[in-house]
Amino acid sequence: MSEIRLTLKIWRQQGPDAPGRLETYESGPISTDMSFLEMLDVLNERLTLEGKEPVAFDHDCREGICGMCGAVVNGQPHGPEKETTLCQLHMRHFNNGDTLVIEPFRARAFRIEKDLVVDRSGLDKMITAGGFVSVNTGGAPDANAIPIPQKNAEEAMDAAACIGCGACVAACPNASAMLFVAAKVSHLSLLPQGHPERARRALDMVKEMDELGFGNCSNERECEAACPKGISIRNIARLNREFLKAAIFSNED
Amino acid sequence: MGWINSLYRSSVGKKSIMAASGMLLSLFLFTHLLGNSVSFMGRDAFNAYAEKLHSMGNLIYIFEIGLLTLFLIHIITGIILYLENLGARPARYSVNTSEGGRSWGSRTMPYTGAIIFVFIIVHLMNFHFTDKSVPVADMVRQLLGRPVLGLFYIFSLLAVVLHLSHGVWSLFQSMGFNHEKFNGLLLKGALVFSILVGLGFILIPVLALFSRSFLL
Repeated sequence: MSEIRLTLKIWRQQGPDAPGRLETYESGPISTDMSFLEMLDVLNERLTLEGKEPVAFDHDCREGICGMCGAVVNGQPHGPEKETTLCQLHMRHFNNGDTLVIEPFRARAFRIEKDLVVDRSGLDKMITAGGFVSVNTGGAPDANAIPIPQKNAEEAMDAAACIGCGACVAACPNASAMLFVAAKVSHLSLLPQGHPERARRALDMVKEMDELGFGNCSNERECEAACPKGISIRNIARLNREFLKAAIFSNED
Repeated sequence: MGWINSLYRSSVGKKSIMAASGMLLSLFLFTHLLGNSVSFMGRDAFNAYAEKLHSMGNLIYIFEIGLLTLFLIHIITGIILYLENLGARPARYSVNTSEGGRSWGSRTMPYTGAIIFVFIIVHLMNFHFTDKSVPVADMVRQLLGRPVLGLFYIFSLLAVVLHLSHGVWSLFQSMGFNHEKFNGLLLKGALVFSILVGLGFILIPVLALFSRSFLL
């Protein structure tokens, strides 16, 4: 086990409307076996003992699957490692003496609650708008009653791997939520259960996305590079297809 | 016609309109290049080509109005998208680092677009709204042989290459075409198309500036 010392510049903001600024902290000795969030825990312990306000940040499972954590480290959501959430990012990827600038995810549709804590309920609103299938309950159908090609099942699963962390929005130069919406639309439109509502879903989710103030996709591909689950922009093309088909040819309005 | 309205109001709809107009403009650019290439066949061929084009009468006007409409749609939609995107992140990051997705082309789209807009106005002032009795070969030699204008053309055409290097690939993605089997071909093809079209056009001011025999 080795130790490193870092200079941390962390965004501090008391509340949604309060002005914020970057504050500089010395990390003290940090084990390279720690995760990024554990490093913040160590800092917070010290701040608390010193009678100062600890840094507020979101976290839950710390296993990389819940989508709760996330901050922008040196300009990259979830830090520099590919397909890794902030909680799974280990301090061995940094060097002694590094300066890390830690900021919250920034978008008009993501309100900063405090420090690094961001309100991402906009993502939930888009799911509520159409990211579901309506199935009337009844007798459980036979598991293989509806044949689904293996490839479709795999692609749907790849899209469903989205943990809803919002890194795509944070990484997008336009703060667009297209990858998130695309993942859900793809997940459901690839499977027969999603077909009855596919036109309605594409129209409603895109409408909700626009109303929430997310930006427009300009195919910069930053989202797929930042996504901790490696979701491809091929899903965005599928969303474009689903949306255009629905907007031009379907009877839904 | 309500569906067109709601299509234009949506983000994905606007992107598809950018894509469709961009595709048609790229096709125009390609035919423009084919026409310009006649200049490499010599003075008489080029003058005869221009003569033929001008003798098409009303067809030319219809084509020009269509082209103007396409340009206006592309430019106005582009400006709306640019402003909306700026507004979607009012507080910027203190540190900006690319995740590795952006290219030089995608990064500079609005700026290369603005350069192309200025270029088109200068280009039309010089070659379109001007005395058409001068043979076109002389016009090209005289205007593009001037260092300032010739270099401005080369600079602007490089902006066109950058704009197309992102735009030609991007338009397929915006219209929903993204296929594992063809993605490599599409990305490379778009790049090759933009570089070849750019080089073809740039050759003309370069020859006008440096060749003694071009179009004589």
